[in-house]
Order: sequence, then structure tokens, then C-alpha cells
Amino acid sequence: MKDAKTRLRRTMMFVPGNSPKMINSADIYGADSLMFDIEDSIAITEKDTARLLVANALKTLKFHSETVVRINHPTQTPFGMDDLKVILPAKPNLIRLPKVEDISEVELVAAEIEKVEKENGWAEGTINIIGAIESVKGLYNVREICKHPRMAAIALGAEDFIANLKTQRTKYGIELYYARSQILMAARDAEIQCMDTVFSDVKDMEGFAAEVTRSKDMGFDGKSVIHPKQIVEVHRIYTPTDIQITKALKVLDAYKDSIENHKGVLAVDGKMIDGPIVVRAQRIVDQAKAAGVNVEEKREQA
Amino acid sequence: MQLNKDCILKNTATAGFEEKNDILITVEASNNDDITVDLTSSVLRQYGRHMKELITATVKEAGFTGIKVTAIDKGAWDYTIKARVLAALERGMK
Repeated sequence: MKDAKTRLRRTMMFVPGNSPKMINSADIYGADSLMFDIEDSIAITEKDTARLLVANALKTLKFHSETVVRINHPTQTPFGMDDLKVILPAKPNLIRLPKVEDISEVELVAAEIEKVEKENGWAEGTINIIGAIESVKGLYNVREICKHPRMAAIALGAEDFIANLKTQRTKYGIELYYARSQILMAARDAEIQCMDTVFSDVKDMEGFAAEVTRSKDMGFDGKSVIHPKQIVEVHRIYTPTDIQITKALKVLDAYKDSIENHKGVLAVDGKMIDGPIVVRAQRIVDQAKAAGVNVEEKREQA
Repeated sequence: MQLNKDCILKNTATAGFEEKNDILITVEASNNDDITVDLTSSVLRQYGRHMKELITATVKEAGFTGIKVTAIDKGAWDYTIKARVLAALERGMK
């Protein structure tokens, strides 16, 4: 379960669950997570075929990325529980629970997961949950929702959320600022990950990069994406720069030296170093390693 | 996937689409216990036998006999063929 809460999730790409063509090619773009959607992108008349297609794909194909299935809501729609019956035996890494508003909905999905894990002799925590906050009610309950032990991550689903707010998306994201902040703080309090919402205008890469930078600066672990070309941009923004890595290594080396040699006040390049700076430095190094950067090489160059 | 209901086809049913990498499957009850497959595919010569065997095995594993399957293939992979056959059977039981 620790891995589910800490693994690299810079990008979570939506893949329509009833498109064999898109499912076949989904794994080649390098997204950290693939989210097969059998909810909003699927017509009501095709829910049955989509869930079978995704389940058979998961059982048959080997995906390098983390696999996530966005099911229909288990109580607000007549499809969600049937989705779970078909999808869970196919062993996705995560179930994405859309429009989550109450802890009881997480508990319902978690109970189904537990049942399937026991039936198949899988370890507890084989399948976990990412919830999506898409309403004001959900936002008000987000702290309790995040603390359920099956929750590995929480996401913001902006389109429904702004409809609920009776407003519209702007380039600056003022309408989502409070929700993003609240969800992020609930995630950090529960020690789970936090994913930002999609950016729908795939032609506006400049606007996309600006939004990803803002959400990264806020503290989000990653971004939901709807087009393969958005993946490269997110990974670029989420990979620490050489300067950041070198500085972080200096801080960590100095900290290690101070511990080993019982030194008191610690300074690097004339600036005092305290606990939070060491934590941030470690996070930068961890992100760089996760992104495939040869950190030891950077240490030698420093 | 094993369908956990009485495996009797009540209606002719279809699943899938005539789109790239997909397959349109139609299932109907036949007059005998045989499972027959009428397959149209641009790769019939190379993969036709494998596809027919996969469709037949999927119908059998789901617990059905006496089924005529009509398949129009557009380059579907095995998992898609299986999923579309199961979906058509499931729809035919309703």
C-alpha cells in the first residue's frame, strides 16, 4: 500500500474504455498512469461493452504504466456496481471513484475490493482507490474521504465542479483556487497523493504549461491529461532542473556531514539550512531519480 | 469471463463496431448444438483460423452451445474479439 501512495504519478492519461484502437496504443506514450474510462466518455448504451473490453485488456495486455479504471458512480448510477463486478477481477492498480461526495461511497467500493482480493488470494492493498472531487459537497467532505486506508490519491474533476459552482473555466483558474487548495491540504494531511484536473484545450500548449506550472508550484503530484502530447510537457515541468538538483545534493550532503560529525548550525553557500529545507531537498532528489535523472552523475559534477 | 447466468440466448444480439482495431460480433441461436463462425476479415488468410478458434472457444467457455456467430473484423486483437463475443452473448441473454 505504501507504494500505491508514493509512486510516481506525474501524468494520468484518460483512455476511452470502448476504443480498442486507443487502448492498444495507450502504453507507448510514457504516461505514469493510464486511466481507462468507462464513465463519462462512454454512451449509456455501451457501458456493458466498455467494461468487458477494459477488463479483457487488463487481463491480456502488459502495461508498463499504472492501470486505473474510472467506473461509473456506484450509487448515483445503475452501472457502478456492475462495473466493479467485471473490472475488479481484472486487477487494475486503482479504481477511480468519480463524483465522490461521502465516505460511505469509498467504503462501499473498498468492501467490494476487499471481497475480490480475498476471493483471489491477493494481498490486501493490491487494488486501491483514487477519488475525484467534482462537487461542493464532495469538497466539504474531502478530509474524511482522503483518510480512508484504501485511498491512494485524490483528484479534482473541474468540469462538474465548476458547473456546480455556476461559473466557467478561466485561464487563470481563480474559480478553482479554493478547491485546489482544500483538496491538496486534505491529501497532505492524509499523506496521499493529489492530482490536478485536465486542461481541455489540447491546442493551447502555452496555457497548458502555465497551468501545470501553477499546480506543481501549489504542490500537486501530477496532472490528468487527455492527449499524449501533454505528457511530455508535464514530465518536463515536473523534472527538477540541474541547478535545483545540484543545490539539493549540496544541502543533503551538508546535512549528512553535520549529523555524522555532530555539527550544530548548518549552512550551505552562506544560507542557514533547517529541517524543512532538508525535506524539500530530499523531495527534489527523489523526483529527479524517479524521472530517470542520473543523480550520482550530478553529484560528481557539483 | 464466465457468465454467471443461465446460458440461453434469448435474442439475436450485436456488440462492437466496424472501426479500426475493433470487430462487430452478432450472435444468434442456431437449430443445432454447433457453434459456427462466419468471419469477414482482411487478414482472413493469415489469422482467420486463429480468430475462428478463439471465437468458438470464448462461446464454449461462456457456457453456450448452438450459436451462430457472424464477425466483421477490422483488425481486432484477441482481447477485443473475446470482449465483443462476451458482450454480444450477455446482451443476447436479456
